[in-house]
Amino acid sequence: MNGDQTLLHVADLRIGFRVPHGMITAVDGLSFTLRPGEVLGIVGESGSGKSQALLAIMGLLASNARVSGQIDFAGRDLLSLTRPALDRLRGSDLAMIFQDPMTSLNPYHRIGTQLAEVLIKHKGMGKDDAARAALAMLDRVRIPDAKRRMRLYPHELSGGMRQRVMIAMALLCQPRILLADEPTTALDVTVQAQILSLMQELVRDTGTSVVIVTHDLGVVAETCDRVMVLYGGRVMERADVDALFEAPRHPYTRGLLEAMPRLSTVRQKSLKVIPGAPKAASVTAVPGCPFAPRCGRRVDRCVQVMPPVEAIDIDHDVACYKPYASSLVEVDGPAADDRVSTDLRGGA
Amino acid sequence: MTATDTPVLSAKNLKVHFPAGAGSQWFGPRLTVKAVDGVSFDLMPGEILGVIGESGCGKSTLGRALLKLIPATGGEIAWSGQDVTSLPEAALRQRRKDMQIIFQDPLASLDPRMTIGQIIGQPLKTFEPGLTRKQLEVRVVETMRQVGLNPSMLHRYPHEFSGGQCQRIGIGRAIITRPKLIVCDEPVSALDMSIQSHIINLLIRLRDELGMALIFISHNMSVVQHISDRILVLYLGKEMEIAERDALFARPLHPYTKALLSAVPIPDPKLSRQRDRVILEGDTPSPITPPSGCVFRTRCPIAIDRCAVDVPPLLSYGNDQRAACLRTNEAAAASLADGVA
Repeated sequence: MNGDQTLLHVADLRIGFRVPHGMITAVDGLSFTLRPGEVLGIVGESGSGKSQALLAIMGLLASNARVSGQIDFAGRDLLSLTRPALDRLRGSDLAMIFQDPMTSLNPYHRIGTQLAEVLIKHKGMGKDDAARAALAMLDRVRIPDAKRRMRLYPHELSGGMRQRVMIAMALLCQPRILLADEPTTALDVTVQAQILSLMQELVRDTGTSVVIVTHDLGVVAETCDRVMVLYGGRVMERADVDALFEAPRHPYTRGLLEAMPRLSTVRQKSLKVIPGAPKAASVTAVPGCPFAPRCGRRVDRCVQVMPPVEAIDIDHDVACYKPYASSLVEVDGPAADDRVSTDLRGGA
Repeated sequence: MTATDTPVLSAKNLKVHFPAGAGSQWFGPRLTVKAVDGVSFDLMPGEILGVIGESGCGKSTLGRALLKLIPATGGEIAWSGQDVTSLPEAALRQRRKDMQIIFQDPLASLDPRMTIGQIIGQPLKTFEPGLTRKQLEVRVVETMRQVGLNPSMLHRYPHEFSGGQCQRIGIGRAIITRPKLIVCDEPVSALDMSIQSHIINLLIRLRDELGMALIFISHNMSVVQHISDRILVLYLGKEMEIAERDALFARPLHPYTKALLSAVPIPDPKLSRQRDRVILEGDTPSPITPPSGCVFRTRCPIAIDRCAVDVPPLLSYGNDQRAACLRTNEAAAASLADGVA
């Protein structure tokens, strides 16, 4: 993929929340681009700022949020748009699906009514036309017996069905960007597999670009073209999906991949761990890299100045003073050994 | 370890049925949810049994019923060889020392008004009331070290700890009485991904050091595969398959096990593009009105008419691997016939 064209360009996005005793920084200087037709994954643990970044694009941040930076979509800065202008984009050009479809559908209205409303509002369709289009969309997301289900209320559907309805609603106006915040986290694995394959198929057919936020590296590997790894509100690593899983350069990315139990027939005795725990966002700003306190490759500079996000390879950016080399076998301390012999190691 | 031949826990045809109100009419037939419906297994000392299944399959109910935290409506439960099915609560009480549980939500399972020391020491106060305060504290401090908590945090409260640390506190409370079995109900599902591996490693280490058996309930296939010696696959309260871990992953016999394995996203983009996936249609049916015959047949890719009629028995396929599927049985019979001919 060559990336001359960009659909969405986020530059130096900062999101803070005003609380009684100061400001909490959730996202700290985030920059990225989204290309047409691309599926971008944002991975991070709790407090990494991944969901807040998505909400900022949709203009859905809580009222005590303070945002700065730029979110450039088709030549317009989303952060400086007026509410009516933003409303015209949301639901038509920009659509979002959430983790819990129950709380994002209106419990008082029938599925059909909620779907048709989107088309009536954004496309100016008549009621009957909108209902027909909504029904066609429900068929398309493979809701069996869609005609009858149009008349049901959200609580009468299963979790998987509700998520299908959400996806149908999001895709009704053929958005250019679909934002998905943990879209399958609340679902069982067999249903997750259905929803992911459905999303992939629809995205392929419509050319919609997708930003998917998740904590599941398996989901990223299966659905994304590019991945961005966040920690403490900052970008740690950004790469093509194959490169990221094959040769993660950032110690955090590598740590995450190694800490994961995997389905393999070779028994691993003990899992590699990243020491410590993700730090909750606080009012006291920390200089340097947020991952430094847990990092095995930390040098003095790491805790003083945040390393810049720099290109380390083609389409591969890393924010680290001591990134790993691209080859897997690196002659540098125990980390490299562990990487090679994860499956063979005895006790740790 | 003594008495290694006596299972620390055994369940025979265990059933937990809940009343679910009347049918559509006021005086209609009583409905029941068959949360657990005929589960049998033995758990040996020091063994880790993984229980896997999707939401509503009865895995948490099974865990609680095994500990007699909720009453079983049928079948038998034995703890260390002694039948406890109809033992009164008073008689059970002393025996509960051997049977502990840890929960999914680490913070919610700790009393916010008790200090860490009080929480971890509580089971000892209950089961060994003769201990002096000093002795109690020594044991608590020792346990805190075992689960990787700094003993200087003895007088702190649960809200001061992270999720991973709270889970360590829960584990400390469970192991302080030196139990023979701990039921772990989704112990890592609520934790961040970089913390899950800490807790998994801790549980395996404690099993190795203390020799207790674990029942590890989870919906996460990769985690269960990593930690378990044997794995039980549940669907709508029924045992679909039970096998040694390696056998189950190398040669899953039940179509549901195959589908579950195939649905797990693999954190390797190249591998995941190559593999052929079995994607099940639809959702799990309601446990109030489960399908006739084999409960899995409505989503099974290889179901035949007979599956709607006959309930498949759990049959052994060698090496301690058992599966409940008519088609698996047909295939096994066919390959056996081939071998003879």
